[in-house]
Amino acid sequence: MAHSQARAIQAPTAANRRKTGLLNKIADHFSRYWQLWILASPALFFIALFAYVPMWGILLAFREFNPSQGLTGGAWVGMKYFTQFFHSPLFGEIMTNTIRISLWTLVMGFIFPIILALLINQIGSKKVKGFVQTITYMPHFISVVVIVSMINIFLTPGTGILGRFFGSESLMGNPDQITNVYWISEVWQHCGWNSIIYLAALAGVDTSLYEAAKIDGAGRLSIIRYVDFPAILPTCSILLIMTMGSVLNVGFDKIFLMQNALNLPATEVISTYTYKIGILNGQYSYSTAIGLFNTLVNFVFLISANAIAKRVSDQSIF
Amino acid sequence: MALFAKTRTTHEDPVMLAARRRQHSADPIERLMANGSLKPKSLGENIPFNKKVRPSMTAGDRTVSIIINVILVLVVIATLYPLWFVVIASFSNPTSVAAGTVTVLPKNVTWVGYAKVFANARIWRGYMNTILYSVLGTAVNMAVTIPCAFALSRREFKPRRVILFLFTVTMFIGGGLIPNYLLYKSLGINNTMWVFILPGAVSVYNVIVARSFFETSIPEELHDAAQIDGLSYFGYFFRIVLPLSSAILAVIGLYYFVGHWNDFMTGLIFITDDTKQPLQVVLQQLLLVAQGTGTNVDAAAQQQAADQIKFGIIIVSTAPLLILYPFLQKYFNKGVMLGAVKG
Repeated sequence: MAHSQARAIQAPTAANRRKTGLLNKIADHFSRYWQLWILASPALFFIALFAYVPMWGILLAFREFNPSQGLTGGAWVGMKYFTQFFHSPLFGEIMTNTIRISLWTLVMGFIFPIILALLINQIGSKKVKGFVQTITYMPHFISVVVIVSMINIFLTPGTGILGRFFGSESLMGNPDQITNVYWISEVWQHCGWNSIIYLAALAGVDTSLYEAAKIDGAGRLSIIRYVDFPAILPTCSILLIMTMGSVLNVGFDKIFLMQNALNLPATEVISTYTYKIGILNGQYSYSTAIGLFNTLVNFVFLISANAIAKRVSDQSIF
Repeated sequence: MALFAKTRTTHEDPVMLAARRRQHSADPIERLMANGSLKPKSLGENIPFNKKVRPSMTAGDRTVSIIINVILVLVVIATLYPLWFVVIASFSNPTSVAAGTVTVLPKNVTWVGYAKVFANARIWRGYMNTILYSVLGTAVNMAVTIPCAFALSRREFKPRRVILFLFTVTMFIGGGLIPNYLLYKSLGINNTMWVFILPGAVSVYNVIVARSFFETSIPEELHDAAQIDGLSYFGYFFRIVLPLSSAILAVIGLYYFVGHWNDFMTGLIFITDDTKQPLQVVLQQLLLVAQGTGTNVDAAAQQQAADQIKFGIIIVSTAPLLILYPFLQKYFNKGVMLGAVKG
C-alpha cells in the first residue's frame, strides 16, 4: 500500500490504473481465500495481542513508569535503567550465575541425548527398544515443582536416598554444588525426550550403508563412528543453533524453586531477579530494562551461531 | 545363493512377470525399473536372510555389545528407580524409609500418608482448578491452533510466508515479564482463570508441527477431489482433513494439556487469590515452602512423617499424566519428528 501511494504522487494517471488493479487483486484474493483468513484469524489475533503488544511495551525500559499513563507512558529517561543495572553491585554475580548454570545445562543437555540416541539405536529387538524409550521419556512429563521437591527429599542429609552419602550438609545449601545438582537433574529429566529427534534421524539412515560398512570390515564402534554419527550431525547443528538462542535463559521455574537462603549467592539469575525487582518490588521500568538486555544478548548469540554454522557446515535455521 | 536361484526358477511369481513385461515396455522409466536402477529401497527387515547363519562377531564387537547393554541397563535403572522409590515410600512406614531399609519393595505398609493427603481441602481445590484450567485451556488451544495450521499449510495461500515469519519471530523475541504483566492488568485478566487460558492460546511451535503434518501427511489429491466435488475450504477442513489427523491432534493436545497441568509460573505471578491457585502452586506451598531448607540433621527426625505426606502428594498430583502417558506414547515419535521439519 505504502509503495503504491508513493507512486501516486509522482504519476497520478498510472497510479489510478495501478490502484484499481491492486484493489481488484485484493478483492479477488479475499473472495478466493476468505475462509482461510477466518480459520487463521483467531491465532493472528492472539499472537498480535499477546506477543506484539508486549513488544511495544519494551519502550517502558527507556521511560519512567507512570501508572496513570498506561503501558508506555511516563517521562523519557533513555539508558538510565541499563546503566543502573550495569553498575549494580549484583550485576557481576547475576551474570556469572546465569552464564555458569545455563552453559553447564546447555552443553550437558546437548551431549547426553546424542549419546543416548546412539546407544538406543544399537538395540536390536524392537520390544526392548520401545521399552527403553518409554522409560526414558517418562520423567519429561513430571512437573518442575515435583522434581524440585524430589531433589530436596532425596538430598536430605542423613535420611535421603542420596543425601546420606554426602555428609551432614545438604547439597541444596551448598553454593558450589548447586549448579551440578541443577544440570544433573535437568539431564535426568529431559535426556530421553530430547533423544527422540536424533532417533528419528537415525531411523532414516539407508540400511545399505550399514551393509557396505560391514563388508568393508567395520566393527560396531566403527559403524557408530562413521555411519550413525555423520547421519545425525546436521540435526545436531540445527539444535545447537536453536539452543544458542537461550544462552541467558535459565528457566525461571526450576531455579526459583531451588533457591534458598544458603544457595542464593549461586542461584540468583536474570529471570528470578527480574521477577523480584519487577513483580515483588514494583520497579517496572528497571525490570523491563533487565529483561530487554537478556533478550538482546540471546538474540545476538542466536544470530552469530546461525552465521557461523552457515559458513562452517551450510546448516542454518534462517 | 540358494535364495536367488529359487526366486529365479519360480516363473509364476507375479513380480518377476511384471518385471519381464516392463523390460519390453516402450516407456524408458519402466525399463529402468525393470533393470533395478530405479527400484524402491527396501527395508533391511524385508530382505530375507538365513536364520541359521549368525553373523560372526569379533571379540571387540562382543565387548562393545556388552558395554552398550550394561550402560543401557544402568540408564533404565537410574531413570526408573527414583520414581519407583517415591511410589514405595509413599505407603511404607516413614521410620523405615528414613532408616534406609526401604529399597526395592515397600515395608510395613501404611496408608496414613494418603489419608492425610486426601483429607487436605487445599489439594482438592487445587486439583479442581487445574482440571478446569487444563481442559478449558486445551480446548481453546486446539480450536485456535489447528485451523490456523491448516490455513498456513495451503500452498496457494500466498500470505502464509509473511504470517509464518511474524509467528516465528515471537519465538525468539518477546516483551518480557513486566510488559506482559501490565498488559494482562489493563485487560483485566490478572487474578482470573483467563490468564491461564488466553495468553498462551497459540504456541507457535505447535502451529509449525501441525502445519508440517498437514503438508506432508494429507495427500494433495484429496484437495483436488474435494474441489471437484464443490467443497469449500471449510468443508475440506472439517469433513476431510480433521478426520484424517487424529494422530497429530492427539500429540498436540497432549503437549498443551501437559503444559497446562504443569504450569507453575502463571499461578505464582498472576494469581493472588488463594482459592484460584492451580495444583502446582498448592504443591509448591505444601512441598517446598513448608519444609525450610532442610540442611540440619537434627531437623530430619521431625521430617520423616512430613516426607511421607510429600511422597503421597507427588504420586497423587503426577498420576493422571502418567496414566495417560502409555496410551499416547506411540504418537510421540511422530510429533517430535514433524517438529524437526524446518519451519
